[in-house]
Amino acid sequence: MHVVTLDSDTDFDGWRKAARALAMNDVRPADVTWRVKGAAPDLFDDEAETQLPEVPKGAFSVPASFMELAESAILHSDPTRFTLLYRLLWRLRTNHDLMEIATDPDVAQANALARAVRRDVHKMHAFVRFREVGREREARYVAWFEPEHHIVERAAPFFASRFADMPWSILTPELSAHWDGSRVSFTSGVSKAEAPTEDRLEEVWLRYYASIFNPARLKVKAMEKEMPKKYWQNLPEAKLIQPLIAAASRRTSAMIAEPGTEPHKPQKRVEETAMTRTPKAHAHAAAQTSHDVEPTDLQTLREEAAGCRACPLWKDATQTVFGEGPAHAPLMLVGEQPGDKEDLAGHPFVGPAGQMLDRALEEAGIDRSKVYVTNAVKHFKFVARGKIRLHQKPATPEIKACRPWYERELAAVRPALVVAMGATAAQSVFGKITQVTKNRGQIVDLPDGPQAMITVHPSYLLRLPDAEAKAREYELFVKDLKVAAAALKRAHAA
Amino acid sequence: MELLRKLEILADAAKYDASCASSGTEMRDSRDGKGLGSTAPGMGICHSYAPDGRCISLLKVLLTNACNFDCLYCVNRASSNVARARFTVDEVVKLTIDFYRRNYIEGLFLSSGIIRSPDYTMEQVVSVARKLREEHRFRGYIHLKTIPEADEALIAEAGRYADRLSINIETPLEESLTQLAPEKDQRAIRRTMGRLRLKLDETAEAKKTVRRAKPPRFAPAGQSTQMIVGADEANDRVILSTSANLYGAYKLKRVYYSAFSPIPDASRALPLQAPPLVREHRLYQADWLMRFYGFDADEIVEENEGMLPLDIDPKLAWALRHRDRFPLDINKASREELLRVPGFGTRTVQRILATRRTTTIRFADLAQLNVVRNKALPFIVLSDHRPSPSLLDGAGLRARLRPKPQQLGFGF
Repeated sequence: MHVVTLDSDTDFDGWRKAARALAMNDVRPADVTWRVKGAAPDLFDDEAETQLPEVPKGAFSVPASFMELAESAILHSDPTRFTLLYRLLWRLRTNHDLMEIATDPDVAQANALARAVRRDVHKMHAFVRFREVGREREARYVAWFEPEHHIVERAAPFFASRFADMPWSILTPELSAHWDGSRVSFTSGVSKAEAPTEDRLEEVWLRYYASIFNPARLKVKAMEKEMPKKYWQNLPEAKLIQPLIAAASRRTSAMIAEPGTEPHKPQKRVEETAMTRTPKAHAHAAAQTSHDVEPTDLQTLREEAAGCRACPLWKDATQTVFGEGPAHAPLMLVGEQPGDKEDLAGHPFVGPAGQMLDRALEEAGIDRSKVYVTNAVKHFKFVARGKIRLHQKPATPEIKACRPWYERELAAVRPALVVAMGATAAQSVFGKITQVTKNRGQIVDLPDGPQAMITVHPSYLLRLPDAEAKAREYELFVKDLKVAAAALKRAHAA
Repeated sequence: MELLRKLEILADAAKYDASCASSGTEMRDSRDGKGLGSTAPGMGICHSYAPDGRCISLLKVLLTNACNFDCLYCVNRASSNVARARFTVDEVVKLTIDFYRRNYIEGLFLSSGIIRSPDYTMEQVVSVARKLREEHRFRGYIHLKTIPEADEALIAEAGRYADRLSINIETPLEESLTQLAPEKDQRAIRRTMGRLRLKLDETAEAKKTVRRAKPPRFAPAGQSTQMIVGADEANDRVILSTSANLYGAYKLKRVYYSAFSPIPDASRALPLQAPPLVREHRLYQADWLMRFYGFDADEIVEENEGMLPLDIDPKLAWALRHRDRFPLDINKASREELLRVPGFGTRTVQRILATRRTTTIRFADLAQLNVVRNKALPFIVLSDHRPSPSLLDGAGLRARLRPKPQQLGFGF
């Protein structure tokens, strides 16, 4: 029989050294007794401590997960923990995957110990209550806490990094931790009588605790699960728990029984707010766009469209994304619908497709700031896939429902040329389904008004899988835009 | 007014906000000796619990409970007769620091009634955070309530100081918000959420690209929101699809559900009754299924049902409706399938996957895997367990799995 005496309850290094020597000398777990220096004598006390055997050359490795687990589990107050951990180590020599087997009783027990330790550390971080000793600049902060396991050293660094600028001490029955502003030191445990019993702020804290409690939602079990009663004796607010519970149902029934106040008539207020809101909306829109000042009619359209409910798309979208650009731009670009980014920002063509469009416009020699940009459908249509909103093609009823906005925009802007980008835009501009590939790049006259042209939508270019096709289609897109630029020049000359 | 009385009024007014989290932010500490505070790595710390079962991790107060708005569900509405109070900026700052030093809290959650204008109110809220960060070098957690329609520059400043920003969607149905909160505009709330998300995306993007200057900090713990449940007609299906939309559109960290509870001096237009706490609980479970278990909003509640069952949890309800997919051999099933077994949590599934790589899982192992056995057994197959087909197909299964009704008590 080997008897190993560790320096303290938390002597992980001592345990590790001994365990390594024993395991490498094939000493079976059943043949080792572990004890802690100064602990109460037990059955094997008369057995002399054994000299640790020499460690043979060579090494065996253990998974990192075991070391991590052992370092936590050893802090548990269970006296059999050293034996359990040695048994695990012993078994790991022949079964390297042992730690992965959550159903193994030894693994499960060690996990349970480590979990209890982690929980105790967490509760110490949470439930330590400092009391101020002395005032202001001379103040020290002293707490009393009774941990269940040997966790003071494990828990102390948290307080050091959180309360680095104040001297504090945490007193416990087993060990006390102190911070002097630069390092943590430990002294032996003390009795509760040595801890301060009051703090000038405690009354304020109790008042807060009582006020933040909602008597209409009593859930005592839920509270006890997270704040077990064993901690209550050192929590100042715990003395309020019983009176608060006792008064809860009376307070709630009183609220329910009390005659309610007359519901407020909101009409007048709504008008007021509507009035106070409008100028702000103006200011906001003006600040957002660097374009020319728009005449009121376009602005009026924009405000009316903001509340549009002509199809159900408004429900899930953030906002109506209306067209933007100079009031009498010679060129009007019509896209399909706002995308994710446009929906959030409230401006058309600000996402990836917008950036692609900007680049192509520049290459075609068109100044975007002189172009009116809008979409055939003005709300984002999508399906939610987890945390992503997948763009959906608008359906004909939605395009039709939104068309009046496009028509009114067209009437207000009166451009010389309208470029429809993609099939949805073409449907809106021409009032019927019109093929993109067959008709792209041709300038046609629209009845009573501007000329029009069809090209692809820039997001079509983004979706192309291979780089070669992308480059080729991009060139074609720029080519179409150059045709539009040339048509504009002709229109301007005429 | 004395400070204690103010605290009483302004904490009481803040207790209807369900948000309590102090998690998911960047790591900070004060080991350099030039400040106070740290953020907890991983999850935040709940420093206490109230008898309503809710965690107290932050000093949750309003700057003022005076409000121009008249939202009928809100105790602070303009027409209510509750006592009013207003903290000064310095009072909130001092309270936060004083509480923090005693380890009562993780930080501050500051909200406010809307006074004068949205911009003025937001400016006041921001100035508390600014003072904490700049004058007191406070490194604890700060959550600020964003006032809808406040100026963009103020929002950016709020994000510089705060860990989390939130703005409450209030009600799932836009129509009911119009009725209950005539001055609130759900479109404006959504626009603000959209702006917050763009800012968050921008900051995340800037962090990825190498630059000389660090991007301005913006709410590292993201944004969250709250929906009131039970003050209007919206059913659970509507509520969950609203949440799914909010998560997808604005990348919210959390949607909180707050069962509408009786308030002092309530409006007569509201249902006066005890709050539907079980329903709230089921919604949180369903929300969890969407975020961590791969469920879509519209498969959690049957289209023709509209409401989550109150007697059993939503995952069990789903499994009972999809018995054809069970029983599942847990030594073979995929992760996605395992996540749908009643009584299995995400950690359980993780452990099953790790364990079965080296060994076969048997009936006796279930105890170690932290499986809720009575819920799971009818749905799973093990080498030494197979539920009888009549059990899984039988009409009595639901009744069997439903917890026995209990007399509600206070546990004392």
